[in-house]
Amino acid sequence: MLKDFFGKSKYVTVERKSRPSRRSSEVEGSGKEGRKEMPDDLWTKCKECKEIIFNKKLAENLKVCPSCGKHFRLTATERISLLIDEGKFEEYDANLEAINPLDFPNYEEKVEKYQRKTGLKDAVITGIGDINGHTVSLAALDSRFLMGSMNSVVGEKLTRAIERAIDQELPLIIVAGGGGGARMYEGMLSLMQMAKTSVALKQLEQAGQLFISILTDPTYGGISASFASLGDINIAEPGAKIGFAGPRVIKQTINKDLPAGFQTAEFLLKYGMIDKVVKRSELKHTLGKILDIHQMGSMRGERDA
Amino acid sequence: MPSNYLDFEKPLVELEEKVNELKSFMEEKEIDLTEEIERLNKRAKVLQEEIFSNLEPWQILQIARHPERPTTLDYIELVCDEFIELHGDRQFSDDKALIGGIGRIGDVPVTIIGHQKGKTTKDNIERNFGMAHPEGYRKALRLMKQADKFNRPIIALINTPGAYPGVGAEERGQAEAIARNMMEMAGIKVPIIVVIIGEGGSGGALGIGVGDRVLMLEYTYYSVCSPEACAAILWKDAKEAETAAKALKITAKDLMELEIVDGIVSEPPGGAHKDYQLSAQLLRDEILKEINKLNELSPEELLKQRYNKFRKMGQIKEESEKILSEL
Repeated sequence: MLKDFFGKSKYVTVERKSRPSRRSSEVEGSGKEGRKEMPDDLWTKCKECKEIIFNKKLAENLKVCPSCGKHFRLTATERISLLIDEGKFEEYDANLEAINPLDFPNYEEKVEKYQRKTGLKDAVITGIGDINGHTVSLAALDSRFLMGSMNSVVGEKLTRAIERAIDQELPLIIVAGGGGGARMYEGMLSLMQMAKTSVALKQLEQAGQLFISILTDPTYGGISASFASLGDINIAEPGAKIGFAGPRVIKQTINKDLPAGFQTAEFLLKYGMIDKVVKRSELKHTLGKILDIHQMGSMRGERDA
Repeated sequence: MPSNYLDFEKPLVELEEKVNELKSFMEEKEIDLTEEIERLNKRAKVLQEEIFSNLEPWQILQIARHPERPTTLDYIELVCDEFIELHGDRQFSDDKALIGGIGRIGDVPVTIIGHQKGKTTKDNIERNFGMAHPEGYRKALRLMKQADKFNRPIIALINTPGAYPGVGAEERGQAEAIARNMMEMAGIKVPIIVVIIGEGGSGGALGIGVGDRVLMLEYTYYSVCSPEACAAILWKDAKEAETAAKALKITAKDLMELEIVDGIVSEPPGGAHKDYQLSAQLLRDEILKEINKLNELSPEELLKQRYNKFRKMGQIKEESEKILSEL
C-alpha cells in the first residue's frame, strides 16, 4: 500500500557506505527520542483551512489535507516512494558531500545540522527506478535541506542523473522543490550549477531523451531558472508556489500588493509556463501514461530505422 | 570637490584638488609652481596605484556600480567600427534593459548583446536600471540564433544588478527565459565571448553568461546574490554587506581562483570611468585575441570545450574512491 511507503526508505543504495547507514536509522526513528509524546507528532494543523488533521490520516492521504486538498511538502524519500514501483529504486552517488570551498562562516555547521535533521547528505536523492514498469533516471530534491538550495553537490548529482539518462537511454524525471535557489554559502560555484545542469540538458535534448520536470512547493530562484523550467513536459502539484523572484522581493520592488493566486501552479498554468497541474494522488498514474505514450514513439523510431 | 568620487578615493581627490588650486593660483599670480605641481601629480599617481592595488571586494563593487562607468552602448560605440541595433523578441515587446545588434570590429563581423544601464535617473528609469524582463532574454536568444545561422561570433556584455523581480516578469516566465538561454547557448556553434563589464548580478547575468570565454573587467563583480541581500538573509542586517562581499568571493581575482572565469581585462588607472577610450581599447584587444583563438576550433570542438568548461564547475567531496582502494 502507498500509505506504508511514507517515512520508510524501500530502496537500496548502490555505493558502499563508509559508516552505518545514517539515513535509514534516522528516518525510521523520525527524530529525537522523547519527542514521541508531543502532540505535534500526532496532529498537524493545515495552514490553508486550519483543520486539525491526525498525522496518520494525513500520511494515508499522501500528505494532502483531506479537508481542503492542500498539498503538504514531501521529503525526497517520500517522493520516491510515491512515484517508484515498490523495491525498484537504486540510489546513485549517495556518497557525495559538500565541502566549504569559500571558507564561508558557519557553512560546515549548517550542513551538519541539516544532515542530522534530514538523514540526507545533501538536498537531493538521485538514482534509477521504475514507474509503472518504465525505467527512468530520477532525481528528487528535498526542500528541508537548506531550503532545497542548489550547491555543487546538488548540481553534480543532477548532472550525473542527466548523464545516466543519456548513457542508458532513459527518460529523465526531476522533482524540483527548493525555495532557496542557488545556495549562497558556495557563492558563484552554486550559481554555476544552474549553467551546468542546463548545458547538460542540452545534451539530453540532442540525444533525443524525454525530460519531465515536476515542480512542487516551493520552486524558486536558481532552481526554477534552470533545470526545473526546461522539461519537455512541465507538471506542477496543485497550489505549489513557483516563481523566479520571491514574493517579498517583488512586493518591495513594485511597492504594490501582489495579485491573488500569484506564483501558484495554477497561475503558471494560466500564463502558459507549465503543461499540467496534477494532484499528488494522480501523479504516478499520469507519469505512467506519459511514459507509455513516449515509449510507443521510441518503438516507432526503432521500426523506421 | 567632484560629487562622484568613492569613499576610499578621498585622499586622492584631495590631492587633485590641491593641484587644481595651485594651477589657478599660478595663473592668477603668475608664479611658476610647475615643479610643485609635478611633484604632487607624481604623488597622486603613486597614491592611486597604492589604493587600487589593495581594494577590498566591497570597494571593487562600488567601482562596478559607479554611475559614470561605461555602459554596453558606450563600449559598443568605441569598440565597433560599425554597429546596428536590432530590436524586439518577436513575441511581446522590446526590452530596453537588454540590447543587441550586429556590428563590425575591424574585419570581424559580430553580434553583440548586453545589459544596458542608464547614467542619469531619467535614463535609468527608461533602461529599468539594467534589469531585464523575459522579453530581453528572448531577444538576446533570437539574436544569438541569428548569429549562429550567419556565422558571426557573439559578444555578451554583462552589467546588471539582476533580472527584474516584477509581476509581468513572472507572468511571462522570467525563470524559463533565463533557463532556456543557458541551455540554448550550449548549442550555438559560433564563438561566444562573455564579458562582465560592471555588475554580474546572479541569474540575471547568467542568462546571457554561457560562453567559451568568460572574462571580467578588473573592477567588476559576479555574485550568486547581492551582498546586501546575503547580509540581510544570513545576518539579518544589510549593513553587514561589506562582510558578505568578502565572504561570497565575487571579485575577478577570486573567481579566477575558483576557475569560474577565464581571464581579467585590465582597466585604466582609477577604473574604466576615468578613461573610456583606453578601457574600450583594452576590451577590444582582448575580444579580438579571444575570437581569433576560438575561430581555429571546429564547431564540434568549440561545443565540446564549452560543455566541459561548465561541466567541471563545482567542488565536492566524494568518498567512494577512498573506500574502493581500501577493499
